[in-house]
Amino acid sequence: MPRDLRLRLITAFVLVASLSQMSHLPLAAVVLAALAVLCIGQVGPRRLLHVEGFVLLLFLMLPLTVPGTPVITLGPLSVSEQGLARAALIACKISASALVLLAFLGAVDPARLGAALHALRLPEPLVRLFTLTPRYVALIRDEAHRLRLAMRARGFRPTTSRHTWNSYGNLIGMLIVRALDRARRVDEAMRLRGFTGRMPQTALPRPTGRDWAMTALIGALAVMIGALDRI
Amino acid sequence: MMPLIDLRGVSLHRDGRGVLSGLDLRVMTGDRLAIVGPNGVGKTTLLRVIVGLERPDTGAVTLFGQSCRREADFRPHRPRIGFLFQDSDDQLFCPTVAEDVAFGPLNTGASPAQAHVAAIDALTTLGIAHLAQRVTHRLSGGEKRLVCLAGLLAMRPDVLLLDEPTNGIDADNMALLRRALVAYTGAMILVSHDQGFVAEMATRAALMRDGTLIAAEIHTHPHLHSHPHLHPKS
Repeated sequence: MPRDLRLRLITAFVLVASLSQMSHLPLAAVVLAALAVLCIGQVGPRRLLHVEGFVLLLFLMLPLTVPGTPVITLGPLSVSEQGLARAALIACKISASALVLLAFLGAVDPARLGAALHALRLPEPLVRLFTLTPRYVALIRDEAHRLRLAMRARGFRPTTSRHTWNSYGNLIGMLIVRALDRARRVDEAMRLRGFTGRMPQTALPRPTGRDWAMTALIGALAVMIGALDRI
Repeated sequence: MMPLIDLRGVSLHRDGRGVLSGLDLRVMTGDRLAIVGPNGVGKTTLLRVIVGLERPDTGAVTLFGQSCRREADFRPHRPRIGFLFQDSDDQLFCPTVAEDVAFGPLNTGASPAQAHVAAIDALTTLGIAHLAQRVTHRLSGGEKRLVCLAGLLAMRPDVLLLDEPTNGIDADNMALLRRALVAYTGAMILVSHDQGFVAEMATRAALMRDGTLIAAEIHTHPHLHSHPHLHPKS
């Protein structure tokens, strides 16, 4: 994949777009297998598991809801062949796309990604939200953790009672109030250092020849997948 | 000589309570003023009024000879006044230290290369150049404070406003902070409970009481003292 993040974003987008259009199960399965072999070292299994949980849900729902030739009948429920095929196809496409995204962008620092998105002319406020969120989500999570510890230290044990719901309500309320307060103070600190609404961005270095070559290669791959699917 | 900061008859109410009442304050070039007083007496509010984060109900704020009333009046002066917050996490928001320190210079129109040089200079002055590529939210409390200060020094301010700079800072980073502030040649207003620190940094002091400042005296006298020390067991 290209080292340059702008090109990496574009190639990931093109590749996922082409994967999403596949309509034949055998091709989708081959593509998934190929991607799995290519990406196996780069993608942590935990992140992939989150995606597969959703896929499992599809396998539970689709065979029962898509009409077609029944394979197994259990009383009023029947598992259709078409439903199974549909679920398998979607599962292949989702897994393949997830592999691509995780391998291409999974390890990238959000701030670098933000800079690349900005360079691709995405709206400034969106990019700013994207880059500031991970920084402060971590802080708010820590705050929530400390508050919960403090509750436990005073003998709080969650049960199904009005007291528990009240306490959780207060906890969430307190988190929101603190987050708002912090947002205000951060904004003030930024204004004091001359911020007027535009994030200073350093220009990214130009993509190398190798980056362009990789981009062309991945683009060709995407076209090839699209073409094979048509045959 | 024109005062850098000039507050006259400043009053400010919050929740029906007078926080500042008819406060006068003048800071000249080279002044190092320590403001001392109990918690909640309005020391932080006073610093916030100086940079225009809060507007007084009555009274006049004049920065570098120019009267400031609206946000737009304060804006051009802010790069010349470095305000060190109590909570460093409020001040650090860029992913890496170098980027955070370069944020101010970039805002005031420096090119990325110039801003980078200014950032590295400021970090080197403080003796923390080795932190440049570290991720800001994984620094220790003391390191965060120093990086915040570097972010202010990179803008070459004429005045520093320091709000409890010694809170939550360990001995090693404290030594770096002391050295940097002693070397700093501009004016400063220092709000601190740390009396030793105040005596070392400030040239004059004021006591805050009932919403105004009362001139105070800094003096040193010898104490026969004893206090516990911790040393590793040999």
